[in-house]
Amino acid sequence: MTDKTPYFEIKDLHAATEGKPILKGVNLSMVKGETHALMGPNGSGKSTLANVIMGHPAYEVTAGKIIFEGQNVLEMEPEERAQAGIFLAFQYPVAIPGVSVAKFLKSAHDATHGKKKLNPAAFLKQLREHIKYLEVDDAFINRYLNDGFSGGEKKRMEILQMLTLQPRFAVMDETDSGLDIDALKVVSKGVNKLTGPDFGLLVITHYERILRYIHPDHLHILIDGQVAQSGGPELVKKLEEEGYDWVREEFGQEVLAH
Amino acid sequence: MSTESTAILDDYKYGFYTDIETDSVPKGLNEEVIALISGKKGEPEWMLEWRLKAYRWWLRQQEPKWAHLDYPPVDFQDICYYSAPKKKGEQPDEIDAELAAAFERLGVPLQERNHLAGVAVDAVFDSVSVATTHRETLAEKGIIFCSISEAIREHPELVKKYLGTVVPYTDNYYASLNSAVFTDGSFCYIPKGIRCPMDLSTYFRINALDTGQFERTLIIAEEGAYVSYLEGCTAPMRDRNQLHAAVVELIALDDAEIKYATVQNWYAGDKQGKGGIYNFVTKRGHCRGERSKISWTQVEAGSAITWKYPSVILEGDYSSGAFYSVAVTTNKMQADTGTKMIHIGNHTKSTIVSKGISAGDSVNSYRGLVQVLPDAYHCRNYSNCDSMLIGSTCSANTFPYIESENHTAVVEHEATTSRVSEDQIFYLRSRGLSEEDAVSMVVNGFAREVFKQLPLEFSVEAIKLLEMKLEGSIG
Ligand SMILES: Nc1ncnc2c1ncn2[C@@H]1O[C@H](COP(=O)(O)OP(=O)(O)O)[C@@H](O)[C@H]1O
Ligand SMILES: [Mg+2]
Repeated sequence: MTDKTPYFEIKDLHAATEGKPILKGVNLSMVKGETHALMGPNGSGKSTLANVIMGHPAYEVTAGKIIFEGQNVLEMEPEERAQAGIFLAFQYPVAIPGVSVAKFLKSAHDATHGKKKLNPAAFLKQLREHIKYLEVDDAFINRYLNDGFSGGEKKRMEILQMLTLQPRFAVMDETDSGLDIDALKVVSKGVNKLTGPDFGLLVITHYERILRYIHPDHLHILIDGQVAQSGGPELVKKLEEEGYDWVREEFGQEVLAH
Repeated sequence: MSTESTAILDDYKYGFYTDIETDSVPKGLNEEVIALISGKKGEPEWMLEWRLKAYRWWLRQQEPKWAHLDYPPVDFQDICYYSAPKKKGEQPDEIDAELAAAFERLGVPLQERNHLAGVAVDAVFDSVSVATTHRETLAEKGIIFCSISEAIREHPELVKKYLGTVVPYTDNYYASLNSAVFTDGSFCYIPKGIRCPMDLSTYFRINALDTGQFERTLIIAEEGAYVSYLEGCTAPMRDRNQLHAAVVELIALDDAEIKYATVQNWYAGDKQGKGGIYNFVTKRGHCRGERSKISWTQVEAGSAITWKYPSVILEGDYSSGAFYSVAVTTNKMQADTGTKMIHIGNHTKSTIVSKGISAGDSVNSYRGLVQVLPDAYHCRNYSNCDSMLIGSTCSANTFPYIESENHTAVVEHEATTSRVSEDQIFYLRSRGLSEEDAVSMVVNGFAREVFKQLPLEFSVEAIKLLEMKLEGSIG
């Protein structure tokens, strides 16, 4: 088997919410082991794409396909997608008051690991290691999930979940936004721990900054619900130097206000 | 076997009926029926007189209508006021095998060899107490734990001294009715300075058709005594409504502490709202002594209609009262529940934490009163009443009444209403949890503060119960 066959693929994806089209024919294809970056101005549909990949009920897919390891993702419930190894680090994680981080992570781990469940002691040991790795306070695991967390804590919490669930494909939706350099380094460290030949990553961002720590093999630029440009690392460099405007121009778009 | 027992196909696992021979009085209520009940229990004359006074008072009262509840009038003549399983065993202490099996099925073993460790149980089947476990161990410490009927016979001085002193027979419509016809319940007496070495518990089971259950519980903690008491209840599934009108009185003297926890899971009726228990209960604690403490923790998960306000009268200086409640309503259930904290003594403190969870077409109301009397100085109350809605056809109401008549009082009230949000559920599902597990996780988190108050095994049971109740309530 050649490792150049796409293991994650989006084909001509259209999605709408409340009758309003947001994604208007997205195409994207990834080979196992690759990291891709998805950039684009605010409101271009990046989070919508992430949510559609995970199966958020607020979005209606009107056309197109998402294939992961040969499975038709759009036919699966969100929990089945998680169980299949897909993960989304949310741009705006929600709080679940009264549910401790430890209890939540154990339930999520159990739900996604089928027969390979860990006993509570082994699980806690692993969790402590991850926490140390992400430089978070031990007390973290007894707090209520995202309840009263700072922006930075919420982002680390998403990465902690990702390390716990060990997905084979992850989408990170602006995990870098609002982080200072130190936090960004910690988050990148967590992500790099997962990257390898069996892990695919789609990093959504609108700053180039994070791409210095997580090196994408490909970059896609999303404008108004469509991938306007795709390219290799040279595209990152060009974007870093020249911004989005040239993409918009090439794509025949008016410059959108930021 | 009665035809009603065939209704046991639904998801209420306690809905079974035990086919057992009973000794009942004819349906209907009058002075003869009351005398008959009193006679069956071998009660002294003063007890019957008290019952009759209560009955005559009750006859002059109107059924209260102020609660946020809607139900057809109860026909008090169509209820059987006494039903007891017939004794088959030769020995007076022998427990009937069928009865023991019924309780075993409810998770309450009564046979000596299977007793629940660390919990003494009084088991009430329809109108009578059928067994009380661990009695000897308790008796060594001077603790009395028996059925109220037995207490009336064996400890009349204590019963006479305390019965009706917290909830007088004139208190309210259902309390008057209960005083007239109560058939059994538990009695606990913890002597001075004694910490009860195990949890005391009563399990109430309504079995017979068209029988009301009117239990009466009286708990007395003398100076410095401590007791934790648990109450559980279930009934078979039937398509006719049944009445449960209990009275519970708690008395705490100086430095005494009583913790009272209930997991109420009476049959709630079917999805269309047919059948189920009317649960009209008066529960009140009296912090009579200084620094005494009373707490009510309740998980209200059953009954077609719940009307219940466990309260604390804070009379002793520095006494404190607490009310922790989770009330879950689903389908067509209606609950009007809350508490009353009456501050009479100085430096008295009360805490109210109420979590209402409504799903389906249910109506869930919190009704609470915090009263600080004019000469009660330096009192504090903290109230937190949160409601959570699941779906869009249920409703939640909060009626907090605050009557603070002393300027030194500090009364804080917080209330929120939230909906289980689509985003919360999606977030948890995206981590692999099924929709139902996601809902139950959100709801358990919401009610956590209350579950924390329950003894561990009880809290595990309560969480399971909540999950069972909410199964299928979303989507
Ligand atoms: N749940 C929603 N309801 C209504 N409008 C939405 C919803 N989600 C996204 N949108 C709209 O779709 C567009 C794209 O949003 P989004 O995907 O969040 O963009 P991005 O993440 O690229 O900033 C915006 O105009 C936004 O207002
Ligand atoms: Mg976004």
